[in-house]
Amino acid sequence: MSRVQIVLFSKNGWDRGAQGVAGAGRRLADGLGAELHAVVLGPADDALKNGLAAAAQKVQVVSALEEYQPEPALAAAASLCDGAAAVLFGNDTYSQEIVPRLAHRLGGAPMADAQKLEVKDGRIHVTRSAYGGKALSEYVMKATPAVIWVRSRALEPAEGDVGGAVEEATVELPEAKLRITERHEEAQEGASLEEAEIIVSGGRGLGGPEPFEQMLAPLADVMHAVQGASRAACDAGWVPPNWQVGQTGKKVAPELYLAIAISGASQHLLGMGDSKVVAAINTDADAPIFKHCSFGIVEDYKNVVPLLTEKLKEMQS
Amino acid sequence: MNILVCIKQILDPDLPARDFKIDAANKEADPKGANKVTNIFCENALETALQLREKAGGGKVTAITYGPEGAEDSLRKALAMTVDEAVLVINDKHSKPDAIAVGKVLAAAARKLGDFDLVMVGRESGDWGLGQTGGVLAEELGLPSLAFVDEVDPDGDGLKLQRQTDNGSEVATVKPPALVLITNNENNVPRIPKTRDVMMSYRKPLQKLTLEELGVADEAVGDGHTAFEVTNLYVPEKSVSCEFVQGDSLDEKVTELARRIHGIVASVN
Ligand SMILES: Cc1cc2nc3c(=O)[nH]c(=O)nc-3n(C[C@H](O)[C@H](O)[C@H](O)COP(=O)(O)OP(=O)(O)OC[C@H]3O[C@@H](n4cnc5c(N)ncnc54)[C@H](O)[C@@H]3O)c2cc1C
Repeated sequence: MSRVQIVLFSKNGWDRGAQGVAGAGRRLADGLGAELHAVVLGPADDALKNGLAAAAQKVQVVSALEEYQPEPALAAAASLCDGAAAVLFGNDTYSQEIVPRLAHRLGGAPMADAQKLEVKDGRIHVTRSAYGGKALSEYVMKATPAVIWVRSRALEPAEGDVGGAVEEATVELPEAKLRITERHEEAQEGASLEEAEIIVSGGRGLGGPEPFEQMLAPLADVMHAVQGASRAACDAGWVPPNWQVGQTGKKVAPELYLAIAISGASQHLLGMGDSKVVAAINTDADAPIFKHCSFGIVEDYKNVVPLLTEKLKEMQS
Repeated sequence: MNILVCIKQILDPDLPARDFKIDAANKEADPKGANKVTNIFCENALETALQLREKAGGGKVTAITYGPEGAEDSLRKALAMTVDEAVLVINDKHSKPDAIAVGKVLAAAARKLGDFDLVMVGRESGDWGLGQTGGVLAEELGLPSLAFVDEVDPDGDGLKLQRQTDNGSEVATVKPPALVLITNNENNVPRIPKTRDVMMSYRKPLQKLTLEELGVADEAVGDGHTAFEVTNLYVPEKSVSCEFVQGDSLDEKVTELARRIHGIVASVN
């Protein structure tokens, strides 16, 4: 029987991203009349094992890959995914890194940032953004396996429980010529951007790093929000690169996304288009962001943000 | 230090959405009215390469592209940024070749052009944004690779790579040869060429190669999309209209804004 393979890294555990990959894998396998198998590159905790075993008939854990190194991880994935009809990954750093190499090593076809997967006449079709979010594109995957990283948090988790078996997999791992020697995690207060329900994002119009700290941080605080930014603000070094929302930053889907002094370039919209409600503060009534907003105010942020913070504080007490 | 930087010319991604049109027959953006520019991450890669050449106290940087004749403009700009050599592999066969085809062509060119210590590629392009060429090329050349790199430094007889991750950064070391996919940070913003260098760029060598000269047989790249193919391209409809908060004074407007925000915040927490 043919099989669809999902591949996860231990780092993020059974988070919403992992659940989205499992859901996408389950539905793709059903569409192809295939089994679903899962591989964890690295040790897996119980939540991850149990979550995967509910969605996949077989779960293989490569505990020997204690910490991610690109070459051994790639070799393990290639050995365990060989023969699959399709291989799905999430949208984390390591997945994005591994997908094109794995696809080519297996003689298959790579695909990135899939928002929708469908099976038509036995072939896999992918829908995704193109031209920096100005268009949507549809692809048919021609070479096998299709190796695809998906916009995992936007995809529904799997339903039911197939009661899959969990086993330890041993694979021959090559010596790493390139070695990751240091890992630094930046503490984003509260939830990560991708899991956040409320986001306060700032752009170039803020004019420097101070407003992020002195005005947007207190506002984010009363809103129980996580802070994000446009690429222009990240490029300027005002905030860390991993605050960036957009095509080449985080893909977020909060209940509320408040864009402050952000123009709303298509590449930025691509990262926050799945937000339930978008609101904006901008001096320019013609800024494209207002075409993607539920509500907003045309005004200088300096006049709005401190006052807004005060009013929200009052409403909460 | 012998560095190869692979670059791509694309339709200007800063083209406003209202001017963006689709050529439905060819399933790609209508190039009419839009400028062609070098993909920004390729320029970040060029800048990173030039800085590495400086830090290493010398070396050679070669820029290469697989594209139509018009892509020469991107190579001239790279020369003006002071890369040492430029190579155009002429693509007169495939419109939007897939990553597998591009990777095979660039690999053949890299092998023909000599021994490179480091191959640099942008993390993805501003048009289709698939981000796969670098990985395929690394696989073709059998090189260790790292993605999302934003700084490269000499480190003894090796290289020290710094890269961005989902929630922080990582440092890696490697002995050349290797391949890196470059992303942007505040330190690799592409330099603006000096007028003198722009003039000089037209006197620098620019080599043109055909697929035949590279020995890339037609079967190897096929019709340019053996791996996957675009079946549809369209501009999605959207139906949001913004309500600007009303009020006679700033205070009233912000109160209305706060009320709406509070409603959502309270429902979430
Ligand atoms: C390949 C590629 C990938 C990209 N990826 C991303 C990405 O992931 N994320 C991303 O964000 N961008 C991305 N970009 C960049 C994107 O095209 C825009 O350049 C960027 O989003 C602009 O950021 P901004 O809105 O902060 O700045 P600007 O476009 O300069 O907008 C600033 C806004 O602030 C407003 N303003 C100014 N002063 C005030 C004030 N006092 N009060 C209130 N408002 C004020 C202005 O009216 C303006 O609307 C990408 C581009 C390319 C080519």
